Amino acid sequence: MSEIRLFSAFRTATMQQAYNPRFGALRIWRGVAGLKLLTVLIGLIVLLPIAYMVVRALGAGTDGLAYVFSARTLGVLVNSLMLMVAVVIGAVVIGVPFAWLTTRSDLPLRRFWLIGGMMIMVIPSYIGAMMMIAAFGPRGMLQQMLEPLGVDRLPTIYGFFGAWCVLTLYCVPYIVLPVRAALRHCDPALEEAARSLGVRGSAVFWRITLPTLRPAIGAGSLLTALYTLSDFGAVSLMRYDAFTRVIYAQYTNSFDRSRAALLALMLIVLTIALLLIERRTLSRRRIYRTSIGTQRQSRIVALKRWKVPALAFCALLVGIGAVTPLVILTHWVLRGVEMGIDLESLSIETVNTAGVSIIAALLIGVLSLAPALLAFRSNTRVNQWLVGVTYLGNGLPSIVIALALVFFASNATPALYQTMPILILGYIIRFLPIGVGSTRSALMGLSPRYEEVGRTLGFHRWALVRRITIPLARSGIVAGVALTFLSVMKELPTTLLLAPTGFKTLPVEIWMANSDGRFAAVGAPTLLLIAVGALSLSLMFRDKRG
Amino acid sequence: MTIRRMMRGLMVMALLVMIGSAVNAQQSTETLTVYSGRTEDLIAPILEQFTQATGVQVEVRYGSTSEMAATLLEEGQNSPADVFIAQDAGALGALANEGQLAMLSPDVLERVNPEFSSNNGQWVGLSGRARVLVYNTDLVSVDQLPASILDLADPVWADKIGWAPTNGSLQAHVTALRLLIGEDATRAWLEGLLANNAVAYDNNRAVVQAVIDGEVEVGLTNHYYLLGFQAENAEVAAANYFFPGGDPGSLINVAGAGVLSTSDTPALAERLILYLLGNDAQSYFSDVTYEYPLAVGMTANALLPAIETIKNPALDLSDLSDLQTTLDLLSTVGATP
Repeated sequence: MSEIRLFSAFRTATMQQAYNPRFGALRIWRGVAGLKLLTVLIGLIVLLPIAYMVVRALGAGTDGLAYVFSARTLGVLVNSLMLMVAVVIGAVVIGVPFAWLTTRSDLPLRRFWLIGGMMIMVIPSYIGAMMMIAAFGPRGMLQQMLEPLGVDRLPTIYGFFGAWCVLTLYCVPYIVLPVRAALRHCDPALEEAARSLGVRGSAVFWRITLPTLRPAIGAGSLLTALYTLSDFGAVSLMRYDAFTRVIYAQYTNSFDRSRAALLALMLIVLTIALLLIERRTLSRRRIYRTSIGTQRQSRIVALKRWKVPALAFCALLVGIGAVTPLVILTHWVLRGVEMGIDLESLSIETVNTAGVSIIAALLIGVLSLAPALLAFRSNTRVNQWLVGVTYLGNGLPSIVIALALVFFASNATPALYQTMPILILGYIIRFLPIGVGSTRSALMGLSPRYEEVGRTLGFHRWALVRRITIPLARSGIVAGVALTFLSVMKELPTTLLLAPTGFKTLPVEIWMANSDGRFAAVGAPTLLLIAVGALSLSLMFRDKRG
Repeated sequence: MTIRRMMRGLMVMALLVMIGSAVNAQQSTETLTVYSGRTEDLIAPILEQFTQATGVQVEVRYGSTSEMAATLLEEGQNSPADVFIAQDAGALGALANEGQLAMLSPDVLERVNPEFSSNNGQWVGLSGRARVLVYNTDLVSVDQLPASILDLADPVWADKIGWAPTNGSLQAHVTALRLLIGEDATRAWLEGLLANNAVAYDNNRAVVQAVIDGEVEVGLTNHYYLLGFQAENAEVAAANYFFPGGDPGSLINVAGAGVLSTSDTPALAERLILYLLGNDAQSYFSDVTYEYPLAVGMTANALLPAIETIKNPALDLSDLSDLQTTLDLLSTVGATP
């Protein structure tokens, strides 16, 4: 029906175009001005609260300057940087061998370990940290198991070590995914050539394989670094004074909130610096990229006597990262059932969580159309910057965005303060990049010919977008909406700071129940969230393949 | 098509949200917005009773006392809150100093002994709590316990102390110490605690749990948390230690409430406070949360020592209002992040 009409029109159009080269392309761009305006508006929505907070932070004047350069603040900066570097190193040291073992070796049960390793991604960091504390805390489950052996306490897990452990564990997938992709796509001929030139055994890995993995490791490391800087849950629960924890503490424990704003500003600067580095390495990466010379599979390396240590390594990673949390949660759920937990109250929070997530995801789906279309139709330098602004939420920690909105809304738009729209706005700023990215990649797969054909059928501007472009990019848009839905569901800091009075979501309930020590109440909502995470992960993989 | 259906769904949602907020605005005459520095499990049941008794909806925002106070200060004239329920007198005093609390009517004030309310009638105490040192009875005996709270800075207590520096009650106690022993001595004491690696917990319940578990030997907290644990399990290996009278470690603080001067329903707000001073609520504080009821004519739970033996005569609760300096001090010495 419509597809057939479209197809025949498509043929006509290409034929016409052959006769008249000026047709199409030039006239198609007429909608761009409108798109540009919309993108600028969306960019303003994203920028305004953040700009407001920056002004507020700068308003602290010389007191603020003194605070920024005080020993404690510099200590926080050092803490954050130290944690970031240590987590990157830890994640690379664990992630690269894990990726190699699950792609290139004859490790038994490779698929199982891989899925187990990726399961880690499904668990939000705050839940991971709770589980680590429950398992390995001074009087945690491990200690209780060792009690008969006379161990009455374990060394403390709190502080740098605990934060490092949790974040390293939960960042390993950020390294494994790109490295695995690189390992699978790199040309086996290189390694074969090295062997034929007399390079033996592990030297092949160090001299050939590892250098070709460098771009993938670099990309994964930057993701890990950004994640470490923006994480709130793990550092808070592990009581490590990184930026996010101190920002929240200054927010909750000081009458002088310009300090929280100043710290947030410092974190913004740090994040932007990292993003700029990412931009540079991304553009440089192309130079290093090797072409896919052959389609053959790389040689599978026999582990021989390394098989047992390799298995132990994978078992440890999957055991601590995925199995332990699930065991503890199940234990908590059972305890909750025993105590007759009030599931009715939980249902309100479930509905709340689903409700805000749906609204935020749909709005993001609609809002991401304009920037994505703009990038698709006219990828000029200016437009790249405009679209780039809508990506800001990708790098900025949620707590910074939420704080900016608290300042902005309570002073500039008091009528909206602590209302649903502001909470939703927080989600939009934070997760818009997912929507724009997904919609954009769907559009990139479209030939501009389709829109040209649409024009020959008499569609103009919005009709063209509505009748031709959107239906064709539908799957990408829907995937983006689904992914944002799932991300919003898991979001903690934004909800913590911006939720209207009396409004609670599952993550907030988990957070509060944990800090009140009501562990039995943590289990059920957490398992629910993990299931949601698993769903989001499978969607993400589908998105990548598509 | 999915997209079109999605759009339609979105419109409906947006409409619902708008109607919802409009309805909300309509209802506001019979809805009270409460900011509570007390945790949900301690205060929510009695607020629900209030709703049942009066039909007035209560929307509660929970957070730490200092967070709620800071939020109210940030909001200023734009605050949507009607009532502030704080865990300590200091936060209420700080708001009163900024002119953000309204004068309470004599009906309310006369229900509470003046020593447990604000000197100029801007807030009232609802329930009293004693500051105690809870200790693990398996790990320490009474005669080993320090005679004064200040002795906890002594290195013999290294790695044995738990506390909750972000908690409102602890912060009020630090404010009291500043008044009783001076700024420098208080700072030195805090630095001593930190040098002793005092373990910082998120809240008082966690402190008491840690003492019961033997994670730490002693903990600075309010008296009633242990009684809650004992109600569930009489065998817990912990007991409350009240510093001997006159020591700065021994004092009564109050959880109290005030009406925001920006409230558009001050009469309704006072009705809530009156309810919290009524028999039902006061017996709830006495029997369920094990606090000291403060309304005139109420008697304390028989499990508790008489309030007069703990009260610190040198301290006026209205003087605790300089919470900001305490927060700065805690942050500067590194007790809070």
